[in-house]
Amino acid sequence: MSAGGIGIEHYLTVGAILFVLGVLGIFLNRKNVIVILMAVELILLAVNLNLVAFSAFMQDLVGQIFAMLVLTVAAAEAAIGLAILVIYFRARGTIAVDDINRMKG
Amino acid sequence: MIQAIAFYFFATIVVASAVMVVMARNPVHSVLWLIMAFFNAAGLMVLVGAEFIAMLLVIVYVGAVAVLFLFVVMMLDIDFAAMRAGIARNAPLGLLIAAVLLAELLLALGAYHAGGLTLGTPDGSAMPAADTSNIEALGALLYGRYIALFEIAGIILLVAMIGAIVLTFQPPKPGARARQDVGKQIRRRPEEATVMKNPGIGQGVEL
Repeated sequence: MSAGGIGIEHYLTVGAILFVLGVLGIFLNRKNVIVILMAVELILLAVNLNLVAFSAFMQDLVGQIFAMLVLTVAAAEAAIGLAILVIYFRARGTIAVDDINRMKG
Repeated sequence: MIQAIAFYFFATIVVASAVMVVMARNPVHSVLWLIMAFFNAAGLMVLVGAEFIAMLLVIVYVGAVAVLFLFVVMMLDIDFAAMRAGIARNAPLGLLIAAVLLAELLLALGAYHAGGLTLGTPDGSAMPAADTSNIEALGALLYGRYIALFEIAGIILLVAMIGAIVLTFQPPKPGARARQDVGKQIRRRPEEATVMKNPGIGQGVEL
């Protein structure tokens, strides 16, 4: 436990709240793909916060290496997701999730 | 004391920003709140001494990902007000699931606080040396033991970059605009490109 009485539990609580807010965002904005992607970024931020907190409090740097890889994947996911969004908008003129059912069997 | 104040400050703002990301009416505001959340999460990481990840968060997320979001939100011409129409209908289920998830996570947290399960402890091989900075220790680990992981991360980014370019690239339509034809340019000779004229005084040149 570091100075000031801030322990790992405090960090994990913040991470948990962020994660739940991200999930809530996906459910509340079910029509808007952009906000869904932002909510996914929030979830990944919560994951990173947990990884870094455990890494710092357990004195093991591997957690931070892993957080970096999560960051990499999150950046790649955002780039590809937004690219798909742009071409979808070009083709259909809308990004409403309800209308994305062309590949439905 | 100052650590506790800083922690609660950052934590409060990061949670408030996350709420605003989810609730904001305008997606542009959502992106700006997301940037706020990332800044404060970086502050939280600095507090535990993970300054490299914190800086990475600011550079990668605020500098690249958030700006990408901003561009896409502004490029797409969408009626966002219509998209929020179903929010009241979705709210009960969403709040229920969020409450269940939060309860689960807090339960896990309580269990961890009470001792938790022992699944193995770090063997100390990745423990930061006492006299090195966070960046130095991370660099030694990243370029030493985890070099393969690092290379794979680079390849993932390369694939993502090529994928994004391939997906969004539009070949120019033929005849849409004057296009450069390198062969035609090289085949040009001075004789056919320029002419000598010797107009009389007071007369214009007719080409």
